Amino acid sequence: MATITLKVNNVVRRVEVEDNEILLDVLREKLHVKSVKAACWRGECGLCTVMLNGKPVKSCLVLAVEADGSEIVTAEGLSGRPGELAPIQKAFIEHAALQCGFCTPAFVVVAHYLLTKTRGKVEREEVKEYLSGLICRCTGYKQIIDAVMDARKHYGGEG
Amino acid sequence: MDKPHSGGEYRYIGKRIPPLDAYEKVLGAAEYTFDLEIPGMFHVKLVHSEYAHARIKSIDYSKAIRVPGVVSVITGRDIPYRVGIYVGDRDLLAIDKVLWIGHPVAAVVAENLRAAEKAAELIEVEYDPLEPVFSVEEALRENAPILHENLDKYRRLPAFNPKPGTNIANYFKLVKGDIDKGFAEADTIVRGRFKLPYISHAYMEPQVVIAWYRYSGDIEIWSSAQSPFAVRSLLSLSLDIPAGKIKVNVPYIGGGFGGKAGLGWEALAAMISRHVGFKPVKLMLSRAEQFKSAPVVPGMVAEAEMGLSRDGRIVAYRAKFLFDSGAFADYTVNISRTAGYACAGSYDIPNILCESYAVYTNKVPTTALRGFGHPENHFVLEHMIDMAARELDQDPVKIRSRNLLKPGVSTTGTGVRLREDAGNPQLVLERISDLLDWTTPEVDPERPWVIRSKGIALSVKGPSQPPNASSSAIVKFNEDASVDVMVGTSNFGQGTVTGLAMMVAEAFGIPLEKVHVKPLRSTDASPYTWQTVGSRGLFTDGLALLEAIEDAKRKIKKIASQALKVDEDHLEIADGKVYVVGKPWISIPLEKIVMGYQFPDGTSVGGPVIGVGRHIAGLTTYLDPETGQGNPTIFYTFGGTGVEVEINILTGEIKVLKAVQVYDIGKAINPLLLEGQAIGGFVMGMSRALYERIIFDEFGSVANPNFSFYYVARAKDAPDNYLIEFVETPQMDGPLGSRGVGENVMISVPVAIANAIYRATGVSIKELPITPERLVKAIREQRPDLFEQAFKAYIDSMV
Ligand code: FES
Ligand code: FES
Repeated sequence: MATITLKVNNVVRRVEVEDNEILLDVLREKLHVKSVKAACWRGECGLCTVMLNGKPVKSCLVLAVEADGSEIVTAEGLSGRPGELAPIQKAFIEHAALQCGFCTPAFVVVAHYLLTKTRGKVEREEVKEYLSGLICRCTGYKQIIDAVMDARKHYGGEG
Repeated sequence: MDKPHSGGEYRYIGKRIPPLDAYEKVLGAAEYTFDLEIPGMFHVKLVHSEYAHARIKSIDYSKAIRVPGVVSVITGRDIPYRVGIYVGDRDLLAIDKVLWIGHPVAAVVAENLRAAEKAAELIEVEYDPLEPVFSVEEALRENAPILHENLDKYRRLPAFNPKPGTNIANYFKLVKGDIDKGFAEADTIVRGRFKLPYISHAYMEPQVVIAWYRYSGDIEIWSSAQSPFAVRSLLSLSLDIPAGKIKVNVPYIGGGFGGKAGLGWEALAAMISRHVGFKPVKLMLSRAEQFKSAPVVPGMVAEAEMGLSRDGRIVAYRAKFLFDSGAFADYTVNISRTAGYACAGSYDIPNILCESYAVYTNKVPTTALRGFGHPENHFVLEHMIDMAARELDQDPVKIRSRNLLKPGVSTTGTGVRLREDAGNPQLVLERISDLLDWTTPEVDPERPWVIRSKGIALSVKGPSQPPNASSSAIVKFNEDASVDVMVGTSNFGQGTVTGLAMMVAEAFGIPLEKVHVKPLRSTDASPYTWQTVGSRGLFTDGLALLEAIEDAKRKIKKIASQALKVDEDHLEIADGKVYVVGKPWISIPLEKIVMGYQFPDGTSVGGPVIGVGRHIAGLTTYLDPETGQGNPTIFYTFGGTGVEVEINILTGEIKVLKAVQVYDIGKAINPLLLEGQAIGGFVMGMSRALYERIIFDEFGSVANPNFSFYYVARAKDAPDNYLIEFVETPQMDGPLGSRGVGENVMISVPVAIANAIYRATGVSIKELPITPERLVKAIREQRPDLFEQAFKAYIDSMV
């Protein structure tokens, strides 16, 4: 058992964790952060992806103790302003880039990171490749890719 | 909705409107059963059989029960119930006998999941192995071991026909015309043997249920289930609890595709809750359990024969489908029935004999998937037609055109005259071939070992449901003249809810923002609908909703007529107001009416407005047990797929370059969301065609229960180039003329891909998935010359 401190979507949280507990479980079960989903618990679906100190990680592959002292952002904190949407989230809505919505929190987090990192200068094939670490069973991906391409303009690219 | 708003055009219907629940979903704020917690709830972990077929000698959980946090261990004998939607063949936990590797034999209940998981590993079960059967062929053998000795004692609906004493869970036969005469008249006969693997729905939210059996005898359930009312009625039937004492809640659902239809794990969770002292319990499957223990999608083998006249008329069609239902067939019996009655697809065939079986084997049980029965029977039929076209040296589009059902003229396979307004299959076919640009295959001049080819396949489907399936809807006005729309149909992203809300906004001329459809479905607060399956939601619940709208309008007009002292017949509702016909300057806003009207002197009339509507299937019938003739469905949606693919003859790799999807849906209510269905359905179909298969090892155990070895299509695999079109031949009794389409969009995709390969190479692929290894092997067997030629071209290009 250890006590770790995390800043989750701008709120400081302290929590007791077991040595072998994964970050995903601590976020969802102990801190009740439900904007992180999961569908495989072994690094294959990507739906548990969160931003950890500015980088996307699959939270089922990270031990909670390793995340001690770090800053975590999920879909609900993506814009940095509670209740507001990041541009990529708006684009997902406009393009109807979601159906059941279970994969959506992870897709917006990863797409937001890609667009931020590249300042919106990214080609369709790169987007497709980059998002291939995540599974969406409903949409067939096209509207997701369209949304990302369209949102580029809000991150400094051409859109 | 005869009256669009005052401008004469629809304001919402037909417009590209994003899903109403998108805001919550992009924030990750939409709540799924997966996310729900109840203070004090226990967690359940299942223990699974390690044998495919065995008697349980003993279950020793003495070690497990001592793990800190563990509160109870339950076995099948504690809860000896049988459940199931069409046939009640499922146990909650194995009773005395296990039927597959993965069959739950015990449930560990603990204060937290980790303790439950730890304890589950400490349970020791002793088995007496029995001989297993792993294939339908084995299971049908004379002296095959029998999985369900008490098959005749199970509760079942009258439409199903099990054969007690065998492993046949259902037998269905469709007979039309005279099959022998038909084949005697044929000039050409083509034959094929087809095989489809077991696959997984791979919905992203696993099956998960919270159940709370209360001291009062009431049960409350929260479940990731498509059909809360079916869950309630099946719980009531199988546990013998009055329906009114059961409440089933369904919040957002993280995908279902049919795999969460009927009854899931709710009965088990409810009985566990009772067993642990009437405390809430949560049971959630892991991804591995989704492959090994949860119902997956049945495999199939089929044999078919098609007889044609020289000029390309199909004169006889015979098919036999054997569905591998696994250990339980509660839903799969209906897959076999549906594959049978719909075997002739979109074609007018005078002589038909289709037999279909659901067969028990010692493998993981199966259930419905998007369009069930149709992807299977169309994979056979639509490829047979291409084989016939090649045999007769005819064009695959022309031969289809020649044989298509003619609305108003032809009789379907089940002997019903196809209604005049059933759609326009000829136009669908024409549009697919135009959009696809139906040219002949070409070799890539840069890489002569790569061929580009185009393939086509049609589909037709209507909901496969009991003849009396019904729905209801309520529109309830709020003080600000906003409307709560209450429907039973569930929301897993199909777009139905948004479409329904658009209909309400349109009908009253109010902004869409003033129409509220709450995410939660609950059996005691939502109006009844049979199930959310079969592409029926917008049709059946839409019709109920339109009736509710009319009811509310009548009530509004009655109040307004008293307020304005004008006859009700002279009033109309538009733009959020009640008008006098011909004198639009005399009106009252809905706000002043919908809670009752108050006169200037303070007196009042009317009261809060609630409109109620309902729908029942009506003219559908049971099918004749001997011939399968009758009226199985409330509508048919015709459509189809065209694909352009790139085939690498040397590596067997297939790349989809272009996808065409055309469906006659009567009326496109929301093209944006319809395209979402057409694209999502295409990729699911493509993934099934190229990648997906559950692999069983020699002991009957699932060898690939994860997304590394069970590959589903990713973004990089998906095509970008879509041409999607919706034909709009109105269905006179459909809501705004529309028909369902959610499943249709997947049915013809795998066979269109197989047909594209066949067209370019003459290599017939009758087994899915079309993996590179399988394709190369088939090319080398069926067209060694082609392979040699490609290989030579490749070598030449190197030097
Ligand atoms: S849950 Fe972490 S990658 Fe699937
Ligand atoms: S929207 Fe359902 S999994 Fe992506």
